[in-house]
Amino acid sequence: MSGKRTEGRTTIIEMKGVAFSYDGHDVLSNVNFTLSDREFAGMVGPNGGGKTTLLKLMLGLLAPTAGTITMLGSSPVDARPRIGYMPQHAQIDPSFPAPVLDIVMTGRLSGGRVRRYSSEDRERAEIALSEVGLSDRRASMFSSLSGGLRQRTLIARALVSDPELLLLDEPTANLDVRMETQLHELLRKLNERMAIVLVSHDVGFVSEYATRVICVKETVVLHPTSELSGDTLREMYGEKIRIVRHDHDEDGRVTGDYRG
Amino acid sequence: MGEFMRAVAEHTFMRNALLSGLLASAACGVVGTLVVVRRIAFIAGGIAHCVLGGIGAAIYMQTVHGWKWLDPLYGALLSALLAAVVIGMISVKAKERTDTVIGAVWAIGMATGILFLARTPGYGGDLVGYLFGNILMVRTSDLWLLGILDLVVLVSVLVYYDQLMAVAFDEEYARTRGIPVDLFFIGLLLLTAVTIVLLVTAVGIVMMIALLTIPAAIAGRFATKLSHMMIWGAILTVVFTTTGLALSYSPGLPAGATVIILSGVAYLLVVLATTPGGRLRFLPAQRHDS
Repeated sequence: MSGKRTEGRTTIIEMKGVAFSYDGHDVLSNVNFTLSDREFAGMVGPNGGGKTTLLKLMLGLLAPTAGTITMLGSSPVDARPRIGYMPQHAQIDPSFPAPVLDIVMTGRLSGGRVRRYSSEDRERAEIALSEVGLSDRRASMFSSLSGGLRQRTLIARALVSDPELLLLDEPTANLDVRMETQLHELLRKLNERMAIVLVSHDVGFVSEYATRVICVKETVVLHPTSELSGDTLREMYGEKIRIVRHDHDEDGRVTGDYRG
Repeated sequence: MGEFMRAVAEHTFMRNALLSGLLASAACGVVGTLVVVRRIAFIAGGIAHCVLGGIGAAIYMQTVHGWKWLDPLYGALLSALLAAVVIGMISVKAKERTDTVIGAVWAIGMATGILFLARTPGYGGDLVGYLFGNILMVRTSDLWLLGILDLVVLVSVLVYYDQLMAVAFDEEYARTRGIPVDLFFIGLLLLTAVTIVLLVTAVGIVMMIALLTIPAAIAGRFATKLSHMMIWGAILTVVFTTTGLALSYSPGLPAGATVIILSGVAYLLVVLATTPGGRLRFLPAQRHDS
């Protein structure tokens, strides 16, 4: 693991004065924060607030209009092979003809050089599938899977290259309570060997499980999860927020889906 | 049908027609699959229509400037490749309103061809042949070119299959794995251009988009892997071109149009049969597990 060591921990994400504008419209401005390894950060914020943009900046899919981004001690593009990325599964054509194992193996590709999958690629894909509990579905069509299992397939694809950092875009969307608990178990296990940044609409999930909250609304504010209060949420989502779930708040934390 | 078989046995032009249909089918199933899953049928249509520009220019040069070596097929190939690069660059650079630009390139390509042909003295015209296909006019010398083009397409897809599949499945993710996604996109358009040239003689410029997409779309309704979709797409194209040729022979119908009608009817039947409510038993149902 490379990167700057501060207080004995390695910095994996460092943003300094980062701004991004699109067509003259500022999506993000003056973003400054650092995140250390082994962190489990939840990224929350209103739609259009810049969550996906921030994720794409971390992956080098977008270049910032100002400021510098350091991922795992190097530029986002150079760090990409060591980052596992799970996009929202809704953006994928569900009728694409591909078995689960073939999709997971695409995570082993790197660069444009000619090479076919090796037996090692296949083995690693099998390991990643068993890690997310999908071994018996290796030959199933992606399109035949439920939303929850499609997400697991895409998490396996993100894991197959042994990343040091896992970026997950909306892994909690459309999950029932049982699947959400399973997802948390999986992420907690993965968090023992890699940092996780998870974008979620589900403030409840984030406040329950994450160690740190990245609030994104035109800029970025970091909170320890314990500080995530009703006031913070109202400030971010506006007065219209309704707390609709109370199933996890036995220790007094504010939980809930926002409906801003 | 007996008459058709006798004609195949007796006439070189019938054998050439069958063979060119087979050559076109292989590339058509493979590239058609990629065109269908990447939803670039409109781009393929644009490239196809630009081919008339190259054909017109080649015929003009042959007649007016005496460039006898410039076969219309070469003109078709050059203009298809050029159109692929132009449309590819536009699609990669400008992320919005590319359909407007592609539509314009589409029509400009055709208009160029028509102007060249109008300025070609004494050109009575095989224009209809290029527009709607003239598979019975395939010469033995053409088959060599078609064979080489076919090989280029098949070998390229075989070599880059894993990357092509990854990019087609999830372009953004492929980009995060360092795959040169834009280069692969333009590469796919170049392969589409070559396939289009293979299809010009079989079904012509105007109708080829149906043969490029329908067999692959039918295969996509039951294939469980991209490679299976390609293979079944190719097999179906062989079935459609051969059957269409056979059916059209005795009544003297245009072969290209017969092939297209045949594939269109087959597609319609498959859609009706596999849509919920009217599903046929032998086709696998889409299972939903949780």
